[in-house]
Amino acid sequence: MTLLAVNDLSVEFVTPGGRLRAVDGVSFELAEGEVLGLVGESGSGKTVACRSMLRLLPSERARIAGGEVLFEGRDLLHESEAQLRRLRGSRLAMIFQNPSTHLDPLMTVGRQVAEPLIYHEGLSSRDARLRAIELLRQVGIPDPAHNIDAYPHQFSGGMRQRAMIAGAIACRPQLLSADEPTTALDVTVQAQILRLLLELRDDSGLAIILVSHDLGVIASTCDRVAVMYAGRIMEQATKAELLRHPRHPYTAGLIASRPGDGARGQELRSIEGQLPALSALPAGCRFHPRCPHAEAVCRTGDLRPLAIDPTHTTACIRWREATAAA
Amino acid sequence: MSALLEVSDLHVHYRTAARLTDILARRPRRFVRAVNGVSLSLGRGDTLGLVGESGCGKSTLGRAILRLTESNAGAVQFDGEDVLKLPPAELLRFRRRAQIVFQDPYASLNPRRTVAATLGEVFRVHRLCPPRQVEARVQELMARVGLPMELAGRRAGGLSGGQCQRVGIARALAMGAELIIADEPVSALDVSIQAQILNLFTRLQRDMGLTLLFISHDLGVVRYLCRRVAVMYLGRIVEEGPTDEVFRNPKHPYTRALIDAIPRMDPAARLPAAQLGGEPPNPRNIPSGCAFHPRCAQAMPACRQGEAPSRRAIEGRDVWCHLYPSATAA
Repeated sequence: MTLLAVNDLSVEFVTPGGRLRAVDGVSFELAEGEVLGLVGESGSGKTVACRSMLRLLPSERARIAGGEVLFEGRDLLHESEAQLRRLRGSRLAMIFQNPSTHLDPLMTVGRQVAEPLIYHEGLSSRDARLRAIELLRQVGIPDPAHNIDAYPHQFSGGMRQRAMIAGAIACRPQLLSADEPTTALDVTVQAQILRLLLELRDDSGLAIILVSHDLGVIASTCDRVAVMYAGRIMEQATKAELLRHPRHPYTAGLIASRPGDGARGQELRSIEGQLPALSALPAGCRFHPRCPHAEAVCRTGDLRPLAIDPTHTTACIRWREATAAA
Repeated sequence: MSALLEVSDLHVHYRTAARLTDILARRPRRFVRAVNGVSLSLGRGDTLGLVGESGCGKSTLGRAILRLTESNAGAVQFDGEDVLKLPPAELLRFRRRAQIVFQDPYASLNPRRTVAATLGEVFRVHRLCPPRQVEARVQELMARVGLPMELAGRRAGGLSGGQCQRVGIARALAMGAELIIADEPVSALDVSIQAQILNLFTRLQRDMGLTLLFISHDLGVVRYLCRRVAVMYLGRIVEEGPTDEVFRNPKHPYTRALIDAIPRMDPAARLPAAQLGGEPPNPRNIPSGCAFHPRCAQAMPACRQGEAPSRRAIEGRDVWCHLYPSATAA
């Protein structure tokens, strides 16, 4: 069942140099218990898309320019701020890349985990504390009855991320948006945190949007993947389909750029050039200046995602030729 | 292959800041043993990857080899000379031959200087060529690292991350360095840009016979680029050998856990079962015996006490682990 449907979402930033469209016509859906990966390089708009869904962007600088975000049929973009506050932290939760900047350094970890329980579920602070200990145990914090009174600086990076997850899942949300949750962590801790997220999904049917720049992280955790570039979704498919049969030259380039089992001494098939600035986006397909398969048709017009089959869309109008050439 | 770089039993200890309670209790100053007896050897034209979790001492080791950080004990031989004993004038000569590329390309360049000024300075400081030739040499260098000429007048602050890293590499190459120590040079870059820089290293290595010590937390990158790999844990090397062998059949439990934790690109792969419990360790508080024993599933009583395990040579590589028979016992 569809839990979340994002339709044609666009987000603009107001800057002295004019309006910059960081997210442009992004659409995706998420079912209960599903893990959707949003992958892309810096500036691709994946974080902005995620935050704007929960309306977490500063209203004076960011403006939602269009679209809808339907959560269980209600458009979050048109809910009142009071209504949103009731949803955030209870049914919609978010975790971030850097737990140290998203935990209050002057508040014990336990209070921060218990806070949503007091606020949303009306628990007494004693009951909330007991639940918080249970939550810390669930996310794998050792000796939770003791560590509940620790301050964030007394935790390692991995433990802070676990504490943030404990706070996020305290009210049993249906949707968790995880923005690069393991990027700041060592690879061994990364595996632990990803496993924890998947266990939460398996146990409670939590739906997860996992934002990452790392295709390896996406490949080992997600059910479906959307690839973003310069504010747009370039390709969207099931994980297996996307990795085995990419239908967009950018996706293919990202996969080939990874130094996987490639032979030493042999150059990687990297993507030439660099990411465009939002203030100077190319016309037509935004990837065309870096695309080895670009033709005249790619340089003009407004290219919208094409459905190849019911579960696979690509924004590349020459995907047949590009796939055949690859 | 003769050894260009030979590090023997190197120690780097940092003094920690004294806390008020320590001063009041008259406790002795504490030390962080960032590098705790490392030996390694790097042949001319060879590539060695140095991997490990944050805090394992890999960056400190790289800096200590170039004497950017002072060592407490041990020796660093470069082409037969003991680097740690070089007088200042000789040190400058050594640094023409051995250079470093840093992780953060923005932080290691002066943002208000142009690319041409940054690179030209190297030639002037080391008096590598007459002043009127500097411009030509800079252009030659920019071409070699794939920087378009129109960027020569651009300030470093206006460059992209990948371009900055190319300037950093060009600066290291300017004096014809034979050894480059690259400290996480692609970690801050996007995937597509990272691939471009890795290709540049591959080309430089192939065409110029560069000797490379490549420090990274990313095992995939090291596997692709380096012929040999050394795995560090809390200031010591725990396994060292040919990359392909180590990846195919890791001997040390820590190496195995690190390799298993790499997310696989195979869509059919699931997350690996938990190999490593616990948290990455703190170099302020190194466990006795084998420093890895609190996280090791195969730890035995012998691992928990005494000295760290000695080196064992097994199947073409070195492992520091009690699971394998030591030379004296064999």
